[in-house]
Amino acid sequence: MDNTFTPIEARKPPSSAIGPIAWMKESLFSSPVNTLLTVFFAYIIIRFIPPVLDWAFISANWVGTTQDECTKSGACWIFIKQWSGQLLYGSYPEELRWRVNLALIGLVAVVVMQFFLPQHLRRRVGWVSLLVYPLISIWLMYGGLGLETVSTDKWGGFSLNILLAFAGILMSLPIGIIWALGRQSQMPFVKVVCISSIELFRGVPLITILFMGSVMLPLFFPAGVQLDKLMRAFIAITLFQSAYMAEVIRGGLQAIPKGQVEAANSLGLGYWKTMRLIVLPQALKISIPNIVNTFIALFKDTTLVLIIGLFEILSTIQAALQNSNWLGGHHIEGYVFVAFVFWVFCYTMSRISVHIEQKLNTGHSRS
Amino acid sequence: MQTNKSKNSSATPKAAFYNRAEVRSVIFQVIVFLGLAYFFYTIYNNTMTNMEARGIRTGFGFMSQPAGFDILLSLIPFEATDSYGRTFFVGLLNTLLVSAISIVFATLLGFLVGVSRLSSNWLVAKVATVFVETFRNIPLLLQIFFWYFAVLATLPGVRDSISVADSIFVNVRGLSVPKIVWSDGASIVFYALLAAIAGAFFLSRWARKRQENTGQPFPTLWATLGLIIGLPLLTFLIAGSPASVEVPKLEGFGFKGGMTLIPELVALTVALSVYTAAFIAEAVRAGVQSVSHGQVEAAAALGLPHAKVLRFVTIPQALRVIVPPLNSQYQNLIKNSSLAMAIGYPDLVAVFMGSTLNQVGQAVEIVFMTMMVYLLINLTLSMFMNWYNARIKLVER
Repeated sequence: MDNTFTPIEARKPPSSAIGPIAWMKESLFSSPVNTLLTVFFAYIIIRFIPPVLDWAFISANWVGTTQDECTKSGACWIFIKQWSGQLLYGSYPEELRWRVNLALIGLVAVVVMQFFLPQHLRRRVGWVSLLVYPLISIWLMYGGLGLETVSTDKWGGFSLNILLAFAGILMSLPIGIIWALGRQSQMPFVKVVCISSIELFRGVPLITILFMGSVMLPLFFPAGVQLDKLMRAFIAITLFQSAYMAEVIRGGLQAIPKGQVEAANSLGLGYWKTMRLIVLPQALKISIPNIVNTFIALFKDTTLVLIIGLFEILSTIQAALQNSNWLGGHHIEGYVFVAFVFWVFCYTMSRISVHIEQKLNTGHSRS
Repeated sequence: MQTNKSKNSSATPKAAFYNRAEVRSVIFQVIVFLGLAYFFYTIYNNTMTNMEARGIRTGFGFMSQPAGFDILLSLIPFEATDSYGRTFFVGLLNTLLVSAISIVFATLLGFLVGVSRLSSNWLVAKVATVFVETFRNIPLLLQIFFWYFAVLATLPGVRDSISVADSIFVNVRGLSVPKIVWSDGASIVFYALLAAIAGAFFLSRWARKRQENTGQPFPTLWATLGLIIGLPLLTFLIAGSPASVEVPKLEGFGFKGGMTLIPELVALTVALSVYTAAFIAEAVRAGVQSVSHGQVEAAAALGLPHAKVLRFVTIPQALRVIVPPLNSQYQNLIKNSSLAMAIGYPDLVAVFMGSTLNQVGQAVEIVFMTMMVYLLINLTLSMFMNWYNARIKLVER
């Protein structure tokens, strides 16, 4: 007789507690109201999603070159295909578009390097690329020094959106840091100047600043000085973005415990050394997620330059919709395409921002 | 005193005059001041010379000259012979109109979506997430174009309007809805409403005081709602219903009677509301999530039913987190309403910075005025929201 105790095998939980049916009961039909909501939304999804998919993929027109070849009932993607060059590069000469490509690839490389380089090289490479890359890309885009010149009124399309957004963020970072430091300064006059600049440019719509750039700025310069349209838009965007950047950095500055400044002072560091070596590195680090968020906002706002007549992607679509060869009313295709492009970029960046936030969340509070 | 002085001079060698913090601060500020003064002086000089060279006048004299153009929508009577000054107010009122309507819709939709994202219903939460992630990652200008050129422009013509119950009509020219026409004696209903609001205010004060003193609760919400709705309704009926509903009717080429909302207004309102709602939803979600779980559990342990847990524990604490971002979203909405210009809705920027500036050419004055108006609106809103925030914030002992 074997006396060892052999436990019987544990019974599985009842099927009403696990598995898909239990999940559905729990998260879809837990109460009469929930059941009603589930049925309602399920109906909407079943009713509308298949026709949309059908329009966008199954009965869409993919092959061809002219409007007349859009014979099927779905979307006319030929329209987008034919205009894709304009949508990306504007009127940039076709045989020189490799220069824009090279500038964009360089941009991607600079950003990606920050994620994959070994830790000790990142900062050094970062600073160098921050200073050198803009010069190289301007040379590539504009020309001169052996390259054929392409005037800025030829620039356009989505590459202009990307360029404006990155140039804006790059220029607004130093101005924003100065304004944020000035706002916290002990010197009353400096403080007043910085607060009023920040509040002025943050409190008015970007359109009014763009207008200021396009109608007022030419009056500010001595006669004979000609600023081109892109430059004026860029100055306006920089002023606008700097105010937002200043507020983001102020948030970072305020999160740094006072003890850090006091410790630096007691070591004999002066104001600029305290800021440069102790406060700003910490403050900028915790501001990164919010800097990315303001970058997303700026990126979306670059579409506004269409109002002062620059040919970024949205105004290119508007122009394409008015083109006499494409008058068939392709509004939905055009807008859906541009929306999709922006969505992919902005969504990816917001994911990156969340990721950085989690990674940086090493704790600064003293609790 | 004597020892102190000698100690001072011997222990710390006196810093050189120019190295003292106060002196440096003054010198630095003087340099900044001189730099800015020179900067603005140069700009002023250049502007004056340039304007003279181009024959642009200065000053606000243009405000009283006749405008000579028509405006699509105006809340106050306006004709082409009215002054430029009046175009300013027409534009301003149109900006306030679209902002106010959009703020109401954006808040309602935003709270609904924000709460839905936290719903226990998987499908509802996912739909809300898709809504938020879609609309906040697409440029607002594109959304406005989409509603205006792709949706509203494809609606049927006036004669084939889509009608709801034969009183609301949707067509390519806009949205026609019934209008309430007040007749004589309607003002008494308005006074009754004012009286009811005042009464509700005092009633809720009395109820709060009584609860603080005796602990007896009072159904304040229902009582005040009943008062605010009941009293005007009663006076309305007693006064013999001094109002009638005017339903829009198709006559000839358009709708007569009722109220017609122009498609520009509809597209702008929809786009602004949906875009801002996506951001408000995120603020609401963050606010509700910030209330620690222990609070809800403690309230439940005290025996409060679900509705009261929400009303007395979750919402008051969540609101503290929600109100500051809500404030900045409202400000953003008002600023974003200036995108109206792109589809031709006659807001302040389109009318004043667009048409008026085109005709007058006095860029400095007009841009300055427009900027100041937006600053003023945002400042006022900010003050109100700060007041509200101070009212609901945590009272610490």
